[in-house]
Amino acid sequence: MNGAEQVAIEARKQDIRSRWLLSAPALVIIFVAAIGPLFVMLLYSFMVKGDYGDVKPWEFSLDGWTSVFFQRDIFDDTLGLADAHISIIWRSIQLSFFTTILTLILGFPTAYFIATRPPHTREIWVFLVTIPFWTNLLIRTFAMQQVIRNEGLLNNALIWLGIIKSPLQIIYTDTANLLGMTYVYLPLMVLPLYASIEKLDFRLVEAGYDLYATRFQVLRKIVIPLVKPGIIAGSILVFIPSLGAYVIPRVLGGGKNMMLGNLIEMQFGAGRNWPLGAAMSITLMIIVMVALIVYVRNASRGGSGHV
Amino acid sequence: MKSKWITTTAMAAVAALAFANSASAAGELNIYNWGDYTSPELIKKFEKEFDVKVTVTDYDSNDTALAKVRAGGHGFDIVVPSANYVQIWVKEGLIEEARPDQMENFKNVDPRWVDVPWDPGRHYTVPWQWGLTGIGVNTAVYKGDINTSAIFLDPPPELVGKINVAPEMNDVLFAAIKYFGGDWCTTDKEVLRKVRDKLVEAKTKWLAMDYSVTEKLPSGDYAGVYYWNGAIMRSRLKNPDVKMGYPKEGFPYFMDSAALLKDAKNPENAKLFMNFIMDPENAAMISAFAKYANGIKGSDKFLPEEMKTAPELVVPPEYEKAGEFLLSCEPETQQLYTRIWTELQK
Repeated sequence: MNGAEQVAIEARKQDIRSRWLLSAPALVIIFVAAIGPLFVMLLYSFMVKGDYGDVKPWEFSLDGWTSVFFQRDIFDDTLGLADAHISIIWRSIQLSFFTTILTLILGFPTAYFIATRPPHTREIWVFLVTIPFWTNLLIRTFAMQQVIRNEGLLNNALIWLGIIKSPLQIIYTDTANLLGMTYVYLPLMVLPLYASIEKLDFRLVEAGYDLYATRFQVLRKIVIPLVKPGIIAGSILVFIPSLGAYVIPRVLGGGKNMMLGNLIEMQFGAGRNWPLGAAMSITLMIIVMVALIVYVRNASRGGSGHV
Repeated sequence: MKSKWITTTAMAAVAALAFANSASAAGELNIYNWGDYTSPELIKKFEKEFDVKVTVTDYDSNDTALAKVRAGGHGFDIVVPSANYVQIWVKEGLIEEARPDQMENFKNVDPRWVDVPWDPGRHYTVPWQWGLTGIGVNTAVYKGDINTSAIFLDPPPELVGKINVAPEMNDVLFAAIKYFGGDWCTTDKEVLRKVRDKLVEAKTKWLAMDYSVTEKLPSGDYAGVYYWNGAIMRSRLKNPDVKMGYPKEGFPYFMDSAALLKDAKNPENAKLFMNFIMDPENAAMISAFAKYANGIKGSDKFLPEEMKTAPELVVPPEYEKAGEFLLSCEPETQQLYTRIWTELQK
C-alpha cells in the first residue's frame, strides 16, 4: 500500500465521519421526536392495562389490539365485532370525508377568486384567509356554538325573517360537527389550492376557449387536472385533522356522539384502558396512511391519463 | 440605535419580572384543583396571612389529575380528588398521610364527615365541598313530579329533546342502576342489561351531554337536566322557574377533599392550608364561590343569605336516605361499566 492511497482512504473516512456528524442533529430529532414516541405507543399497545390507568410494565398481551375491533359480549360472553368502536370509527371517517368535500366546494371558488386578482392585491386576500388562525381553535368553536344554538344568531335571524317558526336543531347533531369542521379547516383547503391555481398558465384556458370548449369543459379538462396537486394537498390537510377532531365534537356535537378523538381520550381517562387507547391511536394513523396512499395513487393515475 | 433601545427595554422587563417573583412572598404553595372551584378571596386571604405565594392550576376530571400527578414532575402540593378516587390515590402511594385529624381546626369538621368510608378518621384528607347529582327542571315547561330519575330515563313528552345529562360515566350509571333496583358496583347481568337498554333508548330523547348547564338551563335551551346541585342552584338564581328534584330511586353524593401530595415541594405550607380551610369562615368562602356545601360546622353563619336556605343545598329529610356515596368499583366491574358507557355514545 503506498502513501497516496493511504491518504485517500484516510480522507474518505474523515469525510464519512463528518457527514454523519453533520446529519446527527437531524437524525436525533427524527429518532427522539418522531420514531421514539411512536415506538413507545406501539409498546404500550401491547402491554397489560393497569388497574387505575397506566399499564403494568413488561407484562404483554394482545388485549389492547383485539379490543379495538372485537369484544366479548357483556351479557352472553360470545366474541363479536366491537360494534360501538366500529360505529365511532366509521362516523369519524364519514364526517371527515364530507368535511373534505365541503371545504373543496367552498374553497375552490375562493382560491380561484384570489388567484385571478391583480398580483398586488392577492397578498391582501391571502392575508384575510389566514386571519381566523390568529384566534384559538377553542374560541372559534365556541363562537360557532353561539351562532348555531337554538337561541343563537342564525336561528333568531331566520325566525325574525319569518322563514322558520321554531328553531332548527343544528347544535348537538352531526350536522353541527360538519359545519364546525368545515369552518375551522377551510383555510387549510384554500391555501394549497391558491398556491397551485396561482401557478396555472391561463394561456391554456384561453386556448381552450379558442377551440370552442364550454366553460365547464375548460374547468373539467384543463383547470382541474392542472391544479390537482393543490386539491390533493388541501384534501390531505383537511382530512387528517378532521379524523382526529376532539374539541369540535365535544363542544358542537354536545358530547353525545363520539368521534375517534373522543373515544381515544376516554381510554386514557375514565375508561382506564391505556393499551386500547394506544392501539386505537395507531389504528387512526393506519387509516390516515391508507387514505394517503389512495389519494396519491389516484393522483398519479389521473395525472397521466388526461393531460 | 433602535435595536439597542429594544434590548435595553427587554432586559429591564426581564429584571422587573425576576424582581416581582422574588419579592412577593417567603414561601410558595401550588394547588391543583377542579376548574372554577377555588375562591380567589380565600387564596388572597391565605397569601396575606402566611406570606405565601399561591398558584392554582385547574383540572377537569379526576382521571386527568391522577394521570398528570402519576407522571411526576408536576410541582403541585395539594390536590382535591373526589371521594371515589381518594382510595386510588392512597393505594398508588400518591398522597401523604398528613394527619389532618390532629390539626388545630379539625374540631370544626362536621362529625358526619369524619368517619367517611374513603378515609376513615380523616388521616389523609380535609373536606373541601360536597354535593350531589340530581334533577333540575324548568317548571314552566313540565309541571309533574320531578323527584325521580324518570325525568331523564323515561322523560315525559314535554321534556323530550330538551334534556342534558352530565357526561360523567359513574353518575349516570349509578342513577340507572338504582332505577332498576340494583346496587352500585353490581355485576348482575340482568340489571346491567336493563340499564344498557334503558340508557340507549333514553339517549335518543336527550339533547346533549354537556357541561354548560348554568347558561343553558336558565336560557331555556335545556328544560330538564341530570346534573350537580350547585349548578342547578346557579341556574335557579338566573331563572326562578328552575327547580331541583331528588331522585327517589337513588342519587349519588360526591365530596371532594383536599390532600397533601407525597412529592410536594412545600409540605409545610400545604398543611397550613389544610388547617386554614377547616376554619368556618374560610370554608364559607369556598362555598360562597362555588355554591356547594362544605363539611365544616358553623360555616353557615358566614354564608351569603341566598345559600343558607337554598333548596338545592339542604336535602329534604325524606330523600336523604336515597343518596349514597359513589365508591370506586373493582377494575373488572369498572371495565364492564366503561363498555356500557361506550355503547351509549356510539
